Amino acid sequence: MLKNMKKTTKSNIITYGMVIVAYVVMQALVNGGGISNLIQGLLVPLCAYSILAVSLNLTVGILGELSLGHAGFMCIGAFVSAAFSKMNATTIENDLLRFIIAIILAAICAGIMGILIGIPVLRLKGDYLAIVTLAFGEIIKNIMNVIYLGVDSKGLHFCMTKASDLNMEKDGKIIINGATGITGTPHSSNFTIGIILLIITLIVVLNLINSRSGRAIMAIRDNYIAAESIGIDITKYKMLAFSISAMLAGVAGALYSHNLSTLAATSKNFGYNMSIMILVFVVLGGIGNVRGSIIAAVILTLLPELLRALNDYRMLMYAILLIVLMLFNSSPAGIAFRERSRLKKILHKKKEEV
Amino acid sequence: MDFIAHLINGISLGSIYAIIALGYTMVYGIAKMLNFAHGDVIMIGSYVVFITVSTMGFPTIIGVVIAMVICTILGMTIEKVAYSPLRNATPLAVLITAIGVSYLLQNIALLVFGANPKSFQSVVPFPPLVLADGQLVITGVSIVAIIAGVIIMIALTLFVNKTKAGCAMKAVSEDRGAAQLMGINVNGTISLTFAIGSALAAIAGVLLCSAYPTLTPYTGSMPGIKAFTAAVFGGIGSIPGAMIGGLLLGIIEILGKAYISSQLADAIVFAVLIVVLLVKPTGIMGKKISEKV
Amino acid sequence: MRRKIVSLLMATLVAVTAIAGCGNSGGSASSAASGAAGGDTIKIGSIGPVTGAAALYGEAVKNGAQLAVDEINAAGGINGVKIEFKFEDDEHDPEKSVNAYNTLKDWGMQILMGTVTTNPCVAVTEKTAADKMFQLTPSASSQDVIAKDNVFQVCFTDPNQGIASAKYIGEHKLGTKVAVLYNSSDVYSKGIYEKFMEESKNQTTYTVVAEEAFTDESKTDFSAQLNKFKSAGADLVFCPFYYEVAAVVLKQADSMKYAPTFFGVDGMDGILGVENFDKKLAENVVLLTPFVADAKDEKTQKFVEAYKKAYNATPIQFAADAYDAIYIIKAAMEKGGVKSTMKTEEICNLMKDAITQISFDGLTGTAMKWTKDGAVNKEPKAMVIKNGAYTAMD
Repeated sequence: MLKNMKKTTKSNIITYGMVIVAYVVMQALVNGGGISNLIQGLLVPLCAYSILAVSLNLTVGILGELSLGHAGFMCIGAFVSAAFSKMNATTIENDLLRFIIAIILAAICAGIMGILIGIPVLRLKGDYLAIVTLAFGEIIKNIMNVIYLGVDSKGLHFCMTKASDLNMEKDGKIIINGATGITGTPHSSNFTIGIILLIITLIVVLNLINSRSGRAIMAIRDNYIAAESIGIDITKYKMLAFSISAMLAGVAGALYSHNLSTLAATSKNFGYNMSIMILVFVVLGGIGNVRGSIIAAVILTLLPELLRALNDYRMLMYAILLIVLMLFNSSPAGIAFRERSRLKKILHKKKEEV
Repeated sequence: MDFIAHLINGISLGSIYAIIALGYTMVYGIAKMLNFAHGDVIMIGSYVVFITVSTMGFPTIIGVVIAMVICTILGMTIEKVAYSPLRNATPLAVLITAIGVSYLLQNIALLVFGANPKSFQSVVPFPPLVLADGQLVITGVSIVAIIAGVIIMIALTLFVNKTKAGCAMKAVSEDRGAAQLMGINVNGTISLTFAIGSALAAIAGVLLCSAYPTLTPYTGSMPGIKAFTAAVFGGIGSIPGAMIGGLLLGIIEILGKAYISSQLADAIVFAVLIVVLLVKPTGIMGKKISEKV
Repeated sequence: MRRKIVSLLMATLVAVTAIAGCGNSGGSASSAASGAAGGDTIKIGSIGPVTGAAALYGEAVKNGAQLAVDEINAAGGINGVKIEFKFEDDEHDPEKSVNAYNTLKDWGMQILMGTVTTNPCVAVTEKTAADKMFQLTPSASSQDVIAKDNVFQVCFTDPNQGIASAKYIGEHKLGTKVAVLYNSSDVYSKGIYEKFMEESKNQTTYTVVAEEAFTDESKTDFSAQLNKFKSAGADLVFCPFYYEVAAVVLKQADSMKYAPTFFGVDGMDGILGVENFDKKLAENVVLLTPFVADAKDEKTQKFVEAYKKAYNATPIQFAADAYDAIYIIKAAMEKGGVKSTMKTEEICNLMKDAITQISFDGLTGTAMKWTKDGAVNKEPKAMVIKNGAYTAMD
């Protein structure tokens, strides 16, 4: 049956299958108690990073534009959703309902931001586009660091200087406290929700790729002049891909922020460091390869944790492995080495026999 | 008077950014890659000067020369081991490798020198210039940084335009394949570019740590990003562009800190960058390349 | 091409999961043990940044704690059992901190001495509260940290220091025009700054003429801020931030010929130990701190000597806090009669009560006492730097 299917359909089924199998296996292990606390704690971040990698792959792999500010959208999603959840922790009692609204809010806000940023950014090309996305990412992080938001009986208070300028009543509660961020976000994320969100992300991205719009986007990537000449609306399709990518990053942000009780925008979690980290997932997983992005995100998130036994040499080893993986993956010598490797030959033989 | 003081601080910071940006822009122009490890070469250079001058007691000049030599070797080694195998791979693959190298250098420094910050003694022996009854003080480092920036820019421009090796660089940056056909040693030229860029990084490191006297394994990363921004600002690949970009960035940063908000200074810098790029999509001095079908 | 990449990644994944599998089997065995207890050792874990920009704080805590553990073990342990100590890196990131906590839990940790920095600590307290594990943080100073009833602090909470500083400056008339410089991205610095400003309104002997902030990303250049202080005519600069930044501030102020009185808090300790720092620049700096490395009492001297011998560096306040933290755990365990064979939850309940009953004399304070809310009660001392050494002020 598999043989008669289209190649893309088959590939998509493998991707969904992989995620579902991973979920079932992990869930069984968690229930059976045969899994370490570390891995159990990593399940939600792994989902979040996979979503980020897949969504960035939409921009980098399908649209073909290098974005170095993806963490900025994640930052928006994380803060919007966490602020909402904290404000309504008592008014909306159903945890799941509140989280779903928070996720939707995060997606909308990040998507709007994606459109706003996309309008100027997508007029640029190549490395200039990359640097402008990096700049936007840094600006978002920087502004998040000076936002103060409080709520009291009179309603919302907002300022960008310091907490005492909020002029709140005595019963006021600070929601976002400048660079200190949000503390006390309800812990609503769990592995099941994470996997559902990942699957939704996959459905959105894979269907987009295989749709008319997706083919138009890829035509722009391959040759925009040719695409323009046959009447493809370049701005529209670029914006479409970019804003969907931003929306999904916002969703990942919501998942991330509801997994930790504290949220602050540092360069480590929402600055260029994180943007670059997501880009590493995409490049290592294969540009344009959705399944590869997920696998790379999982491996590279697990790697530093599994290297903990090395103590002081942990991050050093991580850096070396990253370089070696890139060389092995992309250099002509590395590719030739893989060609010669036995595993490949065996596989080829089998194919011939079939 | 305040304004002039801020302006001078900005020019001094800008000159340092400019020297780093020159290294970025040269490497980008020739190798077409964003060398994210450049900032960390600066850090290594600073540590070398710290050890030779402050710990071992060598004269400043010798310390700086040793730093330049070590950074040059380091830069060429990195290029040979990590970047040259990827010469024909996608630019993104090289970018990621550069990030790997950056992590590697930071963590080596962390293991070798430890996490404690070192207080870097200014290597500039001149006393500060005191003007207008002590209201305006220009530090020795500022003066040296400005002069060094200008000298380096002129020297590089002359080098690229007047020497054979420099012309080879221009040729490689225009069209690598054609340059190779003309008998230019492409690999050698790229190596030379990395060597020059890294030597500049050593000088930038000394000035950076003299002006802002603290040295940690992460000293280089933020100035590296800022200098990269400066290089794009001025039009990446252009030598005078890097200089202008660096100076403008430094001035905007200091004035933004002084008159708008010290917390939003970075956001202001990046916002100006965005505006400039929207008006002139290839930077202030960048060439406009029209694409062929 | 793409398929090859995928196949390669798959192969790596298999390898990685194989490693993970090995980790699992070890992990599950010990997590099972943590329920029913470890036996002849008590497992104390600790978390902090030892890589990344905040590495110096984690490093100090790691070393200070290790020193105390070695001493206690050499002297026969706590209630007759030896301590097993393990430190995990969190890169000053809440997510990594939770990962580190889970790693330690897999190892079988019974008591957590951590985490070092505030934001990650808040994330971890949520986990320890859920697991009912006793947690004592050496240096996370915000009030959010002690919101849960199983968490206690060795250091001051931030508000304490801000108020004390404002009062001290006012009472001793150290300056008339005060400028404040603080790190807006650091909870510690911001917390002290806010309380300082509040209390300053009540002080009549000085006015605050300028307040400026900086962030973790821009903590190398203070020329703009210092210029503003200078033109505002400030004669005292309040510096509620850490010593390595203070070293830069002092040096830049000197290079622009600006010489007000600098007033620091406990984070300022360590400034004389910064490698290659010109001690002359710190002359007349006043700081309010419970610990200085060259205090003359026997306890401090013994600690500093041992630390220097072991790590070839002068201990900073973080190391002292961690050293105290281990001894506080020891004291509380002895008071509460905690045995290493008890369950984590049982230990937590006993420790929670025991710590409020002890009075502890350590490096960072004498007669330290804890209340149920987790905050410590101790007195800061005012120090001034004279001739390159700390001297008591009064």
